[in-house]
Amino acid sequence: MKPAAFDYHRPDSLEEAVTLLAELGDDAKVIAGGQSLMPMLAMRLAAVDHLVDLRRVGELQGVVDRGDALWIGAGTTQAAIQRSADIDAAVPLLTRSTPLIGHFQIRNRGTLGGSVAHADAAGEYPAVALTLDAEIEASSVRGRRAIPAGDFFSGWWTTALEPDEVLTGVAFPRWHGRSGFAIEEFARRHGDYAIAGATVAVELDDDDRVRRCSIGLFGLAPQVERAAAAEAALVGTVAGDVRADEVGETAVSGLDSVPSDLHGPAEYRTRVGAAMVARAWEKALQEARNG
Amino acid sequence: MADVDVRMTVNGVARRSTVPPRLTLADHLRSTCGLTGTHLGCEHGACGACTILVDGDAVRACLMFAVQADDTEITTIEGIADRDGRLSVVQEAFREHHGLQCGFCTPGFVVSVTAFLRDNPDPSDQEIREALSGNLCRCTGYQGIFAAVRAAADALRATDADAGAAARDGSHP
Repeated sequence: MKPAAFDYHRPDSLEEAVTLLAELGDDAKVIAGGQSLMPMLAMRLAAVDHLVDLRRVGELQGVVDRGDALWIGAGTTQAAIQRSADIDAAVPLLTRSTPLIGHFQIRNRGTLGGSVAHADAAGEYPAVALTLDAEIEASSVRGRRAIPAGDFFSGWWTTALEPDEVLTGVAFPRWHGRSGFAIEEFARRHGDYAIAGATVAVELDDDDRVRRCSIGLFGLAPQVERAAAAEAALVGTVAGDVRADEVGETAVSGLDSVPSDLHGPAEYRTRVGAAMVARAWEKALQEARNG
Repeated sequence: MADVDVRMTVNGVARRSTVPPRLTLADHLRSTCGLTGTHLGCEHGACGACTILVDGDAVRACLMFAVQADDTEITTIEGIADRDGRLSVVQEAFREHHGLQCGFCTPGFVVSVTAFLRDNPDPSDQEIREALSGNLCRCTGYQGIFAAVRAAADALRATDADAGAAARDGSHP
């Protein structure tokens, strides 16, 4: 047994779960698939007095079509997301990002809510949520709230979630019209967290002008980022007039806290990031043109 | 830190135990159930040696607590062969194609591949390599392992085709 000792709780409903969290305070942590929390507990990077297992909380399951958005329950496993034709039709970027997460044995347990709440700087689902302006929904005894993804990720493994809140689901807005989506990342081995990666969503008008554009960056800052300057520069331009490598350069130009680690210095990561943006941009653009 | 009652079915046998919450499922299977075929390499989800099936899904037994497996059905490497000891098609292929050297990683590979070929009976070479990426072999015997998976996939499809033909003929396979 490597993790430190804790007490185990298994609520049967959301109400029971948030009541427990309110009572137990900072000493409690929720666990869903546990694919990030378990290694941290095993290495004693994290220790908890109380573990609240969300497995039986039915409110965290399901996929709901809200018309302009698709709501996906936080407890939905990555494997279930990968298999869902409804999710692929409404939020193709989420489906395309899923095979890049870990390995299939990890995806059988890992959940959407867990990935988003864990908020790894190189996490695919955080990047997708930020790119698509998703709304992250949380509940506590104090009530429910929807947090825009842009306000959610606030630093290394840090989010706007309060200790007494449970992430219940994520609402992903649908994109319409001539849209294209792509994710590209570079990792030393399949399944590793990426050294750097990028997500692109683009919508073109009938004259091939960029009507709307979102570029997400991951592995390139303490949290997932949007390349706001590059997006602004692209909107209104004729898509074919802009070179992909220029899009990549502009997207990474504003970054000022790119991590350095054993995989390479910040300069290297930045170059990889620019290349990933360029590749994702080309792919997304091609799909939008054919749409 | 109160112990918790857990019930699960392991390789067809109902088991009931009282466990500390911090006991991983892998440790539970090895220590409480005495099923030491589930190997522990890294104990943090990187190596895949402890892969088992939980309700049919291949998962890392070191990344679950035993309490989380309450009310589930589990298959470990000990449950892959027939009851009379006859090896499964995947196990036979690993032996035939030198898919094991020291054997430490083998239980995790065999269980992972068993689930993979059930869900993807006609995989491309690329899909096989991707499916194997979650298991590490420190002997680096990957070529033999790959050959074993290729052979097992072909053998399982041939068996299915024979069974289908026999069913159409009205005879018993």
